[in-house]
Amino acid sequence: MANKDEVSRRQFLNYTLTGVGGFMAAGMLLPMVRFAIDPIMKQGAGQDMVAVVEEGKITEEPQRFTFKVNQKDGWYESEVTQAAWVFKDKNGDIVALSPICKHLGCTVDWGTDPSHPNQFYCPCHGGRYTKDGTNVKGTPPLAPLDVYKKEVKDGKLYLGQAEPQ
Amino acid sequence: MLQKMYDWVDERLDITPMWRDIADHEVPEHVNPAHHFSAFVYCFGGLTFFITVIQILSGMFLTMYYVPDIINAYESVHYLQNEVAFGVIVRGMHHWGASLVIVMMFLHTLRVFFQGAYKKPRELNWVVGVLIFGVMLGLGFTGYLLPWDMKALFATKVGLEIAQTVPVIGPAMKALLAGDAHIIGAQTLTRFFAIHVFFLPGALLGLMGAHFIMIRKQGISGPL
Repeated sequence: MANKDEVSRRQFLNYTLTGVGGFMAAGMLLPMVRFAIDPIMKQGAGQDMVAVVEEGKITEEPQRFTFKVNQKDGWYESEVTQAAWVFKDKNGDIVALSPICKHLGCTVDWGTDPSHPNQFYCPCHGGRYTKDGTNVKGTPPLAPLDVYKKEVKDGKLYLGQAEPQ
Repeated sequence: MLQKMYDWVDERLDITPMWRDIADHEVPEHVNPAHHFSAFVYCFGGLTFFITVIQILSGMFLTMYYVPDIINAYESVHYLQNEVAFGVIVRGMHHWGASLVIVMMFLHTLRVFFQGAYKKPRELNWVVGVLIFGVMLGLGFTGYLLPWDMKALFATKVGLEIAQTVPVIGPAMKALLAGDAHIIGAQTLTRFFAIHVFFLPGALLGLMGAHFIMIRKQGISGPL
C-alpha cells in the first residue's frame, strides 16, 4: 500500500501533465502577451527642441504661440501643432506653459473668464490657474499646468517636451 | 484554494457533469499511440484543431497593430514585424501556422479517406469536414492579401481571375469579392479583411462545433 506521504501515480501524472501543458501554453502565449503590452514597455523617444518665437516678442502678458512638432505614432509619422502660453515673469525669466488643463485635458485660455481676467481659465469645468500656472484651490484641477522644457539660442526660444511642475 | 473555488461553484451550479460530458471519455485502444504506434495517424484532426487555436489567438493579437487600409496596411505590418517586441514571432506563428493547418487538415482528410471512416453512418461528418476544408482555403486566400505587398496583390489578382472564369456568375463573383468590377484596391482590402477576420472564422467555429458534436455522438470508427 502506498504511504500517505507518497505521491500516487495519478497525482504524479496530473502534476507532470499540468506542468508540461502549462509550459507549452506559456511558450505559446508569452510572445503574444509581450507583443500586446509593448506600448507600456517602450521608452518614449523624447521630443526635439523646436524654435517657437523670437525672444524679443515675449511680453509680461502671456501670449499663445503655436509650433510644429514631428510626431511618430507607430507606423504613422506626422507634423502636429502644439501651443504654449509664453511670458516673462517678474525676474525677466521666460515661462512657457502647456495649455492642457490638468483636470481632464481640455484647452485653457488666458483671461477669458470675465471675473478673473488675470488667470488661465478652462471652459470645460471652470478650472482656473494663476499666471505662473498654479491651480486655484477650489476649482477642479489638482495640479499646476505643465511647463515646456525651454532653451534660448541665438535670440530665439526653443521648446521641447512639456513636463509636470 | 483552487479546489475550494471549484467546489463553491460546483455546489451552486453543478458543473461537474458538464465538463465530464465533454472531457471524460475513453480513448479506444486502436486510436491510442501508446498501444499501437501507427495510431499517430489519428492525431492529425486534433493537431488541426490545436493549430487553429493558435491561428485564432495570434490573429487576435495581430489586429492590435494591423490596419486594413491601402496606405497603412504595409506600413503597419512592417511596424509590428520590426519594431514591436516579439512581432516577428507572433506574425511568424500566424504565417507558418496558416500553411501548417492546411497540411494537417490534408493529412487528416487522407486518413479518413484511406480508412474509409467517412462511410455510413459518418457521411454527414465528411460533408462538414469538406466544408471546413473550403473555409480554411478561403482563410488562406483572404489572409494572403492583407500585408498588401506585391506578392499579395498579384496572388489576389490571379485568384480573382480564377473566380471570374466560373460560367455565367464569374464576373459578378469577382466584383463581389473585390468590391469593384475592375479595381483591386481599397475596397478589396477591407472586404478581404472582414471576410478573413469575421465571416470565415464565424463559419469555421460553427462547422467545427458540428464536426465535434457528430464525432462524439457517433464515436471514432472501429479498428480496420
